[in-house]
Amino acid sequence: MSALPSTAKAVIIGAGIVGNSMAYHLAQLGWTNLVQIDKGPLPNPGGSTGHASNFIFPVDHSKEMAALTFDSVAQYKALGVFTECGGIEVARTQERMQELQRRMTSAKSWGIGDVSIVSPAEVKELVPYIDESVIVGGFYTKGVGVVDSLRAGTLMREKAQEMGALTVGANVEVTGMTVDDGRIKTVHTNSGDIDTEYVVIACGVWSPHLAEMAGAKIPLTPAVHQMMDIGPAPRFADAKGDIEFPIVRDMDTNMYERQHGTGLEIGSYAHRPILYDPEDLPSVEEASLSPTEFPFTPDDFEIQLEQSLELMPEIVGDETVGQKYAINGLLSLTPDGMPVLGEAPEVKGLWSVAAVWIKEGPGIGRAVSEWMVLGQSEIDLHASDIARFYDHQKTREHIKQRTAEGFNKTYGIVHPSEQWASNRGVRVSPYYSRQKELGAQFYEAVGWERPQWYGSNESLLAEYGDRVMPRTAEWESRWWSPIINAEHLALRDRAGIVDLTAFAIFDVVGPGALDALQRIALRQMDVNVGKVVYTPVLGENGGFKSDLTIMRLGDEHFRVVTGGAHGMADKKWFADRMPSDGSAVLTDLTSALTTIGIWGPRARDIVSDVTSADLSHAGFGFGTCRRVEMGPLEVLASRISYVGELGWELYVPMEQGARLWDLLWEAATPHDAVPVGIGVYASTGRLEKGYRAYGAELESEFTVVEAGMSPPKVKSADFIGKEAYLRHRDEDPAAILCTLTVDDHKGPDGQLRYMMGGEPIVAKDGSALVDSHGRRSYVTSAGSGPSVGKHLLMSYLPPEQAVVGCELMVDYLGHSYPVSVATVDAQPLFDPKNERILS
Amino acid sequence: MEILVCVKRVPMSGGRFVLTEDGRDIETKRLGFTISPHEECAVEEAVRLVEANGGTVTVLALGVPESAEQIREQMAIGADRGIVLETDGAEWDPQATADAIVAAVQQDDTAFDLLMFGNESADSSGYQVGIRVAHQLGLPVVAGLKSMNVTEGVVRAERPAGTGKEVFDVPLPAVVTVREGLNLPRYPSVPGRIRAKKKPIATHEVTRPPARLNKVSLELPADQGKRVEILGNGAEAAPDVVEVFRRIGVIS
Amino acid sequence: MLVFIEQSDGGIDDLSLQALTFARGVAGPAAAPIEAVIEQPPADAAATSLRRQGVSTLHVLQTTGVDGYAPAALARALAELAQQRTAAVVLAPSSDHGNEVMAHAAAILDQPLATDVLSLTMGAPATVSRARWGGSLVEHAELVGEPLMVTLAAHSVEVTEAPPAEFTVADFAATLSALDTMVVAAKVQGEGSNSINLADAKVVVSGGRGVGGTEGFTILEELADLLGGAVGCSRVVTSAGWRPHTDQVGQTGTKVAPDLYIACGISGATQHLAGCRTSKTMLVINNDPEASIMAHADYAVIGDLHTVLPAIVAEVRKAQSQ
Repeated sequence: MSALPSTAKAVIIGAGIVGNSMAYHLAQLGWTNLVQIDKGPLPNPGGSTGHASNFIFPVDHSKEMAALTFDSVAQYKALGVFTECGGIEVARTQERMQELQRRMTSAKSWGIGDVSIVSPAEVKELVPYIDESVIVGGFYTKGVGVVDSLRAGTLMREKAQEMGALTVGANVEVTGMTVDDGRIKTVHTNSGDIDTEYVVIACGVWSPHLAEMAGAKIPLTPAVHQMMDIGPAPRFADAKGDIEFPIVRDMDTNMYERQHGTGLEIGSYAHRPILYDPEDLPSVEEASLSPTEFPFTPDDFEIQLEQSLELMPEIVGDETVGQKYAINGLLSLTPDGMPVLGEAPEVKGLWSVAAVWIKEGPGIGRAVSEWMVLGQSEIDLHASDIARFYDHQKTREHIKQRTAEGFNKTYGIVHPSEQWASNRGVRVSPYYSRQKELGAQFYEAVGWERPQWYGSNESLLAEYGDRVMPRTAEWESRWWSPIINAEHLALRDRAGIVDLTAFAIFDVVGPGALDALQRIALRQMDVNVGKVVYTPVLGENGGFKSDLTIMRLGDEHFRVVTGGAHGMADKKWFADRMPSDGSAVLTDLTSALTTIGIWGPRARDIVSDVTSADLSHAGFGFGTCRRVEMGPLEVLASRISYVGELGWELYVPMEQGARLWDLLWEAATPHDAVPVGIGVYASTGRLEKGYRAYGAELESEFTVVEAGMSPPKVKSADFIGKEAYLRHRDEDPAAILCTLTVDDHKGPDGQLRYMMGGEPIVAKDGSALVDSHGRRSYVTSAGSGPSVGKHLLMSYLPPEQAVVGCELMVDYLGHSYPVSVATVDAQPLFDPKNERILS
Repeated sequence: MEILVCVKRVPMSGGRFVLTEDGRDIETKRLGFTISPHEECAVEEAVRLVEANGGTVTVLALGVPESAEQIREQMAIGADRGIVLETDGAEWDPQATADAIVAAVQQDDTAFDLLMFGNESADSSGYQVGIRVAHQLGLPVVAGLKSMNVTEGVVRAERPAGTGKEVFDVPLPAVVTVREGLNLPRYPSVPGRIRAKKKPIATHEVTRPPARLNKVSLELPADQGKRVEILGNGAEAAPDVVEVFRRIGVIS
Repeated sequence: MLVFIEQSDGGIDDLSLQALTFARGVAGPAAAPIEAVIEQPPADAAATSLRRQGVSTLHVLQTTGVDGYAPAALARALAELAQQRTAAVVLAPSSDHGNEVMAHAAAILDQPLATDVLSLTMGAPATVSRARWGGSLVEHAELVGEPLMVTLAAHSVEVTEAPPAEFTVADFAATLSALDTMVVAAKVQGEGSNSINLADAKVVVSGGRGVGGTEGFTILEELADLLGGAVGCSRVVTSAGWRPHTDQVGQTGTKVAPDLYIACGISGATQHLAGCRTSKTMLVINNDPEASIMAHADYAVIGDLHTVLPAIVAEVRKAQSQ
C-alpha cells in the first residue's frame, strides 16, 4: 500500500463502484492529486458492490434514472464487463399488465429500444423453465444485462492510477474530519491526515456516518434485501457463462429470479422492511461474510419460497437442487427513492455520492464529476440533488418511515400522483383546521399538508356538469377528483382562494444584493422598488436551474419566492452565490411567512372589502407589490398569477395567517368565492395559460429559447449562463415547447382515457419524434383544461412538428390517441391576450 | 430405524469474535446461527439411514427457543420431528446438558435405536455429552467416528488412528458421536424447506441446575504479537522463501 | 495427580509428554507426586522418556477379556484407580483417546470434565482456562469436582524434562461390566502409504479457495513431497469436493502443529486457524495483503499462488540438488 499524501485535491472515500467511477471521471476531467481510500481491502472492500445482484434493467419511469442507467450501461460495455441476457418483467394480474404498458410507454419516451409486451407463450419460449400458466404476460427488454461491477470499478480505478492522477489506500479508515469556516479542510485517517479541497463520500451504507463526521447529513438508511442461491440446476448444467437466459422480475411478488452459473438466484424485496442504523454494521474482520451481508432470516423468505416455486417449479421444485447460499444483503434506501448527490448544504467541498445502485454507478460517477469540475452535469440531476431535503426529511424518523414504506414498492405499481401514508402532518399551515372543516383532501409536498381539492366544493359538480371532464377509467381517476376541475371553473367564474404556504421564501439583503441577484437571474433585476420579476435561473450551459419570482422590496432588499418542492435546492444555489464579503446576506423566511393567493374576476372586489388601498389596475399594476393594510394586518400584496387571473399573492407573518384567511373569507363568501386546491394551482390553471414548471418543462437540457421563455431583450449585465443563452438566441432551437390538445379520448374499450404525463408523442405512423440533439418528444405535463374544454399536454417537439394544427399521436397504456398542436411557444390557450390578468 | 440426533445452536464464526460488554458471552446480534459441522454430518447420516431403512429422524436441541430455527433447517433436509428443550439463554455445562437429554429421551414415546451426537460442539467443545448420555441410558457408545454403516442391527464404525484406523462393531441400540468427513451433507431444497414448515416441533422448558463446570468469563486469546514479514511479491520472492526454509531447517 | 498417557511409535506420544509437563506445573515444585496411567506396559524408549518426566508410579491398566482398545473398560479402570488413590486431579491429553476415556471416566465418577484446558489453578473452587472454538476464544471457568478432571489442549505446552528419576510399575485391574467391554476397537494398520500422516507432519502445504480446483493441488503436492510434508486444505475445499476430508485442517478437521505451515490461497477463517495456529512457523501465499490469516503469519508472499508455488518448487529443487 503506497503511503498516503498529506494534501490532495480531492479525497474519495469508498472503493465500491461509485468511488471507483468518481476517481476515474475526475481524472478524465483533468483533476490530479486525487486520493482514494477505503477501510476495507481491495479489490473487494466488503460493500454492496461485492455482492449486489448485478443486473441492469434500463427502463425506468424516471427520466433522470433512465438517463443515468443508459450512460452506465454504455460505460460498462466500453469496459467489456457487460453481458446482455435480456430481462422480462412478468405480470400475474391484469393490473400489472397495465403497469407493463406504462413501462413500454416510458421506454419509448426515453428512447430505450428493443422492448415489447409479450404473451405467456412468448415468455415460455424465452424462459423455458417458467410455468407460464401463472402469468398473464410480460414486458421484455432485450437490452437487460449483467455486469461485473467489481471488475468495472477496478478497471476504472486502475486507469486513474495509470494516468498518475490517483493514489489509493486500502484498509484506511477515516477517523474524523475537520471543517473550517464552513468548508472541508482535513480528512483524518488511521494512516495520517490529508488536507484537501474536496471530499467525496462514496461509502454506500456508511455514507451518513462519514458525513456526520463533518457535520453534514446524508439521509439514507441501510436496508436488507434477501437473496438466495439454489443449485446446481439440471437446466443449467452445461452453462458456459454466468447467464444465458433472461432475468425474470416477478413484479407482483416483488421478486426476481435469474440464472447464476449452474444455479438460480432468487431475490426478494417483498419481506418486511428490515432497516439498520450505520452503527449496526460490523467491521470487516468481525463479519462472517462481509459487512454488508447479514445472516439470512428464513422466516422472511417463507412466502417467497412458495412464490418462486409457483413460477419456476422445474428448478425450484427439484428436490436435488439445494440452497447453497442465502443472505440478507444490504443496500441503501432514501426517503424518496432517489440517490443523494451533490455538495452537502452544510459543508462546502463535501460531496455526497450516496444511495447509488450498481445500475447507475458509472453514470453517476460521470455526472457528479462533471458537476464538481465543470459546475454542471450533462444529465440533469435535480431529482437526486442532496440539497433537496428539508430539515425534517433528514431526521432518522422520517428516513425510517419513508424507506420502510417505499421498500415494498420496489417493483410496485406506483401511481404518478400517489401519496405517502407515513409520517404525515409534519408541516401544517395556519389554515389547516379550517381546511379540514372544508373537507380538504390533503396531499403532501416536502412535508407540507396542502389541500389538493376541497370536499366542500362537491356541490360545484352539479353546477358544472360535464364541464368538469369526469373520468371513468380507474387509473387516471386514482388520486384525482373532478372537484379539481370544478374549482378551476369556479375560480375563473368568480374567485378562488389558494393556500400557498409551501412556498420557499428567502430574502437577499445588503448593498451587494442587487449585484448578486443580477448575476443569478436571467431577467433585469435593477428594477423599481415594488416590482415583481418572474425569471428563469440558468446554469452555465444555459439550461434551467429554476424559475421563480423575485420582488424588489427596497434598494437593498429583495425577496425570492419559489415553489416548495425545489425550495431548498434553490436556496443553496443562491446562498452559494452570495458575495464572500458579506455585502449581501440570504435569510430563509420559509417558516416565517405564509402566503394566500386570491384570483378570479371578483378578486379585486373581494380584496377591496378588506383594504382601503388602491387596488385599481392603474393604482396597483400587474407585476408589482406593496404593503397594504388589511384589517389589523400589514400584508405584502403581490399582483402576479400562476393561474392566469386577476388577483394577488398575499404575504403575512405565519402567526397572522389564520386571521388573514378569516378576513378574506368574510369578504369572499358573499361573492361566491371557493377554496381552491393545488390540483388547480399546479396543473389546470397553468396548463391553460401555458405556464411552465421547473422539473417538468424546465430542466437543464432545455434552453430558454426552446422553452419559449426568451424575453425580447437581453440585459447587458452579466449573469450565469449568459454566454450560452446568447448562443441559443442566435441558433435555431432544436425543439420547441408546445401545448397540444387531445382530439379523441376514446380508448380500446370505449372509455375516455386521459394521459398523465411522461407519454411519448409520436408521428401518426407511430414513429418516435427525435430532435437534432437526439431528444425524444414526450409529455412533460398533462392535465385538464376545463375552461377550454380540452385535455392539455405539453411537449417539446422538433421544429417540423411545432406548427399549430400539426396532427400527431400520444401513446398511452398501449393505445395511441390523436393529438394536435394547439399553441407553439408560450402562447396561452386561455385568454391569449391576458386580458383577465391585466384587468 | 428411530434415530435421535442432538444438535446445538451456535453462532456462525467467520471473522473475529466480539465479546459482550460484561465479557461473558460472544456478541451475537450481528451473527447468524447454525449447528456444528459435526452435527450436520450426523443429521445427514441419520436422514440417509432412514431413507434406506425406514423410520424417523428426530432432532433435539437444548437452548434458546430460537433453536427451533436450526431444527427447521434440519427438517428441510429430511428430519421428521423436532424437540427443543428451551432454556433462558444461560449456558449449560456438559453434565447438565446430558442429564436433560437423558430425561427427554426417557420421556419420549419413541424407542430410539440410535442416538447421534457431534463429537464436540463448535463453541464449547466438551467432547463428552454423547458419552455421558450413553452411560446414563446404559448404551454402548462409539465416539469420533468418520464412517459408519448399519447392517442387521449392528453399527460398524471406523475412525482414523495414527496411520491406520480403528474399527468398532456395536449392536443397536447404541450411541455414536460423529465427525465431519462422515459424509457430505446435502443442501436443503426449496420443497424440503416448505415441507419442513409443517413438521412438528415439541418444546419443553428446562431449568438449569447449578453448574459444576461454571463459565465465568471469556477472553480473546492474546495477540501472538506477530508482525508478518513480507518476503516479496509474486514469483520473485521464491529465493527468499527458500532461504527461510533453510533457516528453519526444513531443507538443508 | 493421575495422568493418563499414551504410547506411539515405541515412545511416549508428544501430547502425553505435554500433559506430563503440564502436570508438573500444576503440582508445583514441592507437591504431590505424579502418577501416570497407561494402557500397555511401556516400551523401552517410552520408559526412558518417563524417567525424565518426574513420574513416581506408572499404573498399567489391566482390561482382561478385552482384545483391543476399549475406552469404556479403560475408563472404568481409570475411575476405580482414581478413587483408590484419592486422586485430586485426573489429567489426560486432549487426544481422541484421551478425551474419550476421560469422558467415560467422568460419567462413571459423575464428576465434571473440563477439556482442552490451558491452565489449571487449584483452589476452592479450582479454576481453569480452556480453549473454545478450537482456540480462537478462551474461557475462564470454575471447576467443582473431586477429582478434578481435565484434558490438556494439544500443543499448548512445551515439553520440558525433569531430573531423571526411576518410577515403579504397578498393574491395576478393575471390575468390568458387560457394557464396559462391549465397545472394542479392532486396529487396522494403514496401507503403509508413502504419504505422511497430516497430524504428525513436520511440514504442511495447505490450500484454500484460491487454489481453484482439484487440479490446482498438484503443485502443492509437489512442494509437500519435496519438503517431506503433507498436503492440507481448508473446509471450503472439502465442501467443494476438491480434496477428501482427511486433508482438512481446522477445528472440525485435523489439528496440526508442524514446524512449517504454508497456507496457499487461504483467507483465515477462525475455524481454519483453530487447526493450524499451533504451527511453529507459518508462511502465507495470498493475493490479498490484508487477509485475516496475515495476523497469524510469520512470513508472506503477496501474489497468485499459481505463479508463486511453481517458482518456489523450482528454487527448492535447485537448492536440494546442490
